[in-house]
Amino acid sequence: MNAAVAVADLPLKVIRGDRVTHLGMTFWTILVIVLAFGPFWADRQSLRLLSEILSYVALASLWNLLAGFAGLVSVGQQTFVGIGGYTLYLFALGLGVNPLLGLPVAAVVGGIASVPIFLLLQRLRGPQFTIGSWVVAEVFLQIAQQLAVVGGGSGISLPAAVVRSIAQSRDAREFLIYWGFLAITVVVVGGIVMLLRSRYGLALTAIRDNEMAARSNGMDVGRIRLVAFVVAAILTSATGSMIFLQKLSITPFSAFSMNNWTVYIIFMTVIGGIGRVEGPIIGVAIFFLLRQYLADLASTYLIILGVVAILIMLKWPKGIWGSIADRYGWQLFPLARRLVRLTGPQATGSP
Amino acid sequence: MIGTLNAMIQGLLLGGLYALFAAGLSLIFGVMRMVNIAHGDLIVASAYFAYFVMQMLGIGPFTSLLIVVPVVAAFGYALQRWLLNYTLGAGDLPPLLVTIALSIILQNVLLIVFTADVHRLQAGPIEIASWAFNSELSVGVLPVLQFVTSVIIIGALQLLFYKSSFGRAFRATSDDQQVAQLMGIETRHIFSLAMALSLAVVAVAGVFLAIRTNFNPFTGPLLLIFGFEAIVMGGLGSLWGTLVGGILLGIAQAIGGQIQVGLPFVAGHVAFLAVLYFLPQGLFPKVSQ
Repeated sequence: MNAAVAVADLPLKVIRGDRVTHLGMTFWTILVIVLAFGPFWADRQSLRLLSEILSYVALASLWNLLAGFAGLVSVGQQTFVGIGGYTLYLFALGLGVNPLLGLPVAAVVGGIASVPIFLLLQRLRGPQFTIGSWVVAEVFLQIAQQLAVVGGGSGISLPAAVVRSIAQSRDAREFLIYWGFLAITVVVVGGIVMLLRSRYGLALTAIRDNEMAARSNGMDVGRIRLVAFVVAAILTSATGSMIFLQKLSITPFSAFSMNNWTVYIIFMTVIGGIGRVEGPIIGVAIFFLLRQYLADLASTYLIILGVVAILIMLKWPKGIWGSIADRYGWQLFPLARRLVRLTGPQATGSP
Repeated sequence: MIGTLNAMIQGLLLGGLYALFAAGLSLIFGVMRMVNIAHGDLIVASAYFAYFVMQMLGIGPFTSLLIVVPVVAAFGYALQRWLLNYTLGAGDLPPLLVTIALSIILQNVLLIVFTADVHRLQAGPIEIASWAFNSELSVGVLPVLQFVTSVIIIGALQLLFYKSSFGRAFRATSDDQQVAQLMGIETRHIFSLAMALSLAVVAVAGVFLAIRTNFNPFTGPLLLIFGFEAIVMGGLGSLWGTLVGGILLGIAQAIGGQIQVGLPFVAGHVAFLAVLYFLPQGLFPKVSQ
């Protein structure tokens, strides 16, 4: 108590960013506005590509929240992409309502499912958690293949009548879905920034930097991890529901695809910079740029990505963004806490 | 009834192989606290290498082991020494991410070299030889041979760990890396030897499995999962427990397959999750320090 009073009396102030951060925030704001007007300047194909990019920004940011901050390296996030997709389909087909209404339902179902999954996987320590998360995804894949209600191995499609209930014209439907992706991505990235600025964020950053020290400072690491896992599951399911709404059909292998929803995302995050909010965004940009030129190579492309990821892990474990940011002290989101003396020279604080 | 009994015997015998996958994985985890995500892909790569050697030299799968095991072990030593050792010491993340990337690289290299077609190693007449107890119950010679080999290898590993100076170095490194280093154990070398030994064990298992079932470049992850499930079910750190875990997994899969054709893997996973829920320390928990 006394300490708090004393600090408040000092001529000190906590600031969250510097000029680069302000520039960064201006950039993000302009980017979101430009993207929001996407339907006015982009053709149908570009809108689809932008949707895909946005969905990967959301998924990679959420994976980064788990692996980069909470110390939960999951290779089973496809569980929630698939749960989200299947929930939206079952909801829209079962009730015959506008599939967009399935998005919040998918988020809720994913969140509810994540609690028992986490409580079970929590029993596996460290790297064992990783394989455990994979087993869970496998179980969902196998069950989806056996369940007749979701069409078994051949999956289900959204009938035209249901699709039309989103909006009458094809353009309107595509715009709505695109804006859906944009909204989710903004919510995800913005939500992560807000989470990291909150008490949980301080705790998550502490766990990222040194779990033992975080524990010895009295943090309930298990509970903080539960919160991160559930938040990631809710938003991953929401993203998954939109991905499969756009695809108009879903199969077990596409829904619970390890490659699409985990491997690519790991590569993006590692290359961009794990444990930084900006990292996955930069990583997604690099991934899609490379893909424009190397997509024809198919498996060679994956080999190249794998080699690049290994080199980055060994040489620049903070990724491209992390290395640049450390060197120049850049932050594109107001996350740092810097203690500033109101008069006199600046005190240096830890980011 | 006889059908179920038959399936259970098959499962039990297959479980020996799972225990070998698990023993390799558990050896790595025990010595250097690293989970090798590419473990399954290395098993599949060994099977492909055996296929290659058999084609080149015109020999059978069992003879090919004479070449496959030492080469794969040497590869394991090099992999650990010049790549994976550099990922250790900075937390769980680097080894996990590097082995995930390695797994993807291996799968795609195998895909390019051997295509996506399924392969199988031909072992000749032994594949169909069996001992018949009566008209309905019979046991294949090959599965029994595999099981006996698995038990012998696990017994040998047990002896190696607890009765040799080599094993003492492994255990010392596992208990406390820094102190082991102070006592003059070169941990980087020990780690590389552990990887070599791990891959030698799984090369045998990989070749046996490839005689029994089809494989393709993407079979690896499932094998990693089977090995992992066997370890956790058996209890970390106990080799005989791992054997029992592997056998339980094999039996669970066999029973699942009896209930419904598409169900064996689900049944195995469910058995694993049930053990994890009810006995988080596994069936044979090691006394924790």
